[in-house]
Amino acid sequence: IPPTFEAAEKCKALFIKEAGEEEHEDLDEEMGEPALPNVMETAFYFEQAGIGLSKDECYYIFLAFKNLISVQPIQTCRFWGKILGLEMNYIIAEVQLREGEEEEEREEEEEETVAEEEKEMGEGEEEEEQKEKEPEPPKSTYKPPPEIPKEANGTGANKYVYFVCNEPGKPWVKLPPVTPAQIVCARQIKKFFTGRLDAPIVSFPPFPGNEANYLRAQIARISAGTHVSPTGFYQFPEDEEEEEGGDTYEENPEFEPPPVAEMVESLAMWAHHVKGILKQGRCVWINPAQKSEEDEEEGEEEEEEEEEEHQEETGQPLLTLISEDEGMKNIPAWTAQASTNLIPEYSIAILQSNRWPGAYAFASGRKFENIYFGWGHKYNPESHTPALPPPAEAEFPTEPGITEAADPTVEEELAFKAAQEEALAEAEEEEEEEGEDD
Amino acid sequence: MEALSLPAALSLVAGGGAGLSPELRAALGASLPLLQRDYRFERVWFWGCIQGVRGAYYIAQGLGPDRAAPRSRLYSMNCLDWSLLTPATEEMLALAEEVKGRFQGDPSFEYSLAEINPEAAARLVQSGKEPVMKEEARLIATIEQIDRAVGIVPRGAFVKTPLGSVHENRHFEGLSLVEAKKLSSYFHFTEPTNLKNKTLLEKADLDPSTDFLNSLEHDIPQGKGSWSIQLEKGGSVVVLRSLLWLGLTFYHVPMTKQFGYVYFGTGEKNLDLPFML
Repeated sequence: IPPTFEAAEKCKALFIKEAGEEEHEDLDEEMGEPALPNVMETAFYFEQAGIGLSKDECYYIFLAFKNLISVQPIQTCRFWGKILGLEMNYIIAEVQLREGEEEEEREEEEEETVAEEEKEMGEGEEEEEQKEKEPEPPKSTYKPPPEIPKEANGTGANKYVYFVCNEPGKPWVKLPPVTPAQIVCARQIKKFFTGRLDAPIVSFPPFPGNEANYLRAQIARISAGTHVSPTGFYQFPEDEEEEEGGDTYEENPEFEPPPVAEMVESLAMWAHHVKGILKQGRCVWINPAQKSEEDEEEGEEEEEEEEEEHQEETGQPLLTLISEDEGMKNIPAWTAQASTNLIPEYSIAILQSNRWPGAYAFASGRKFENIYFGWGHKYNPESHTPALPPPAEAEFPTEPGITEAADPTVEEELAFKAAQEEALAEAEEEEEEEGEDD
Repeated sequence: MEALSLPAALSLVAGGGAGLSPELRAALGASLPLLQRDYRFERVWFWGCIQGVRGAYYIAQGLGPDRAAPRSRLYSMNCLDWSLLTPATEEMLALAEEVKGRFQGDPSFEYSLAEINPEAAARLVQSGKEPVMKEEARLIATIEQIDRAVGIVPRGAFVKTPLGSVHENRHFEGLSLVEAKKLSSYFHFTEPTNLKNKTLLEKADLDPSTDFLNSLEHDIPQGKGSWSIQLEKGGSVVVLRSLLWLGLTFYHVPMTKQFGYVYFGTGEKNLDLPFML
């Protein structure tokens, strides 16, 4: 079967309305806001700036979202963007699941990890019995730095859940939550995506995961760096105490959209609404020196030796204006333009990110949206320099017994012997003198 | 890409997310035919757009009867008023390699070479010129580099006459689906460099009228190459994206005469390519 027809069949399948959908439509009206994002409307606005996919592809994506919503328990959903790959591309949906569903998944994950640990303990015991017969090699004293725990689902870098598919019509795959180690490593490597989620990432430093994890880490970095909204659209809720580390925001009902000319002129009219990721890899800093209950007994002595001062990292608070984003060399972090100069009454404000080429945002009245079309890499004014391998570790601690010293040469030995004989001769003379005194 | 088939072509290339707004498309539709009339080009191609920090350059190319002759290039900031660019010189190309970073978006901006490359600056001062490089010159050099490195056409689309001139092959019906997936079916549309290196056995298979250009399969890095080939819409369009100059997209509809390439990008070479594969 020629592939053209297969793909056409899949696209046609998107258009077929299932029998049970009429019931769902009644339910949706009761629920309130529709979960399905209006992809075509967003595409229209971005098209005014020359950004976006062809109308056909947008419509297929629209229908694919409809399928996603009917299959997964989704509360809100948004078209995040498209990341290009070598063999296939990724279409990415940013989703918030309904609350009950996430807890079920967490329980499943915990059960899985507990089962794995039990298996490992069982295997460890068998290995120990075998090892007792042989003399054991010296144990390494290397303690890896404590693993920084990932953020809980629904907060920080894991605030949203992401679903990806290669093409509209193909099944949606859920990406796993991101861990700080993955973000820290993703900052140091630069790799093209192949388009297959299970592809390994071969890099240095070795990436802890496969392409699905790398994709999720890049999505987290792009969201944290480039998701912006008009200043004032979101505000901190007044009921709660205003902590600087606040993660929640709500829409401001009294927001009055400023005119487009102002939004283009001054970058202070835009604000980030996603928390930035700290160097640690999380949005909220955690002190890795706080060990869990199991390790406390072993770790008490070690804590005294290894008191490294982990400086608390603070990032920018949540609704920071983007005018505070640093530029690189002489390039500002953002470029703002109006979509048209010929018809100013209907133009919209467009923001392009220079730090993440491919990230765009538009604002027109109360409507705004962010999107990403690109290869998924950050802009680096200099060339990418991969991390150097760490220096070779010492095999054993240096002690006098095993340090090498140069053997004395023949002249040195003779000189030493002569000096010793002189010392002996002097000692004998002293003894003789003392003897004579008696 | 051909000016006449611009709307259809843009929708085929839109998979990368870059395109033109309706206003610019309408402006191009009006100004490109006028360019053809004023400069007496036989063909006008819309080459693409280089994004500067403060503005974008839209580039058009005009071709004369011999398609392989040096092309005239024009640029515009709004797709309406076009300015002719001087042909690129080797000196410009050498200097442009030194200048790194984004284009500023202002054609009269001057890059101070004294900071970037003191030797080149010293040479310029000795020959009596100022040690600066204008953004316009960098633009010319970049377009020439991109065309030389990644300007591609399908095999058989152009023929070379015995007199040496090159024009479109009216018998070109398009590549087949099987051929379209192979890198060897596409050629660089510049002076060939490695045709002479082929063995006599290989040369015997070549057809001198159609195989007079470098094919893509010898592009460094070998193996994965510097191209990403994808079949979109289930194989009805084959899209090649260059990994060396990110933003160059080539499309071809197999079994038809439609093909073309366009550049939407920042005008910077991707020197990190070996680390990224």
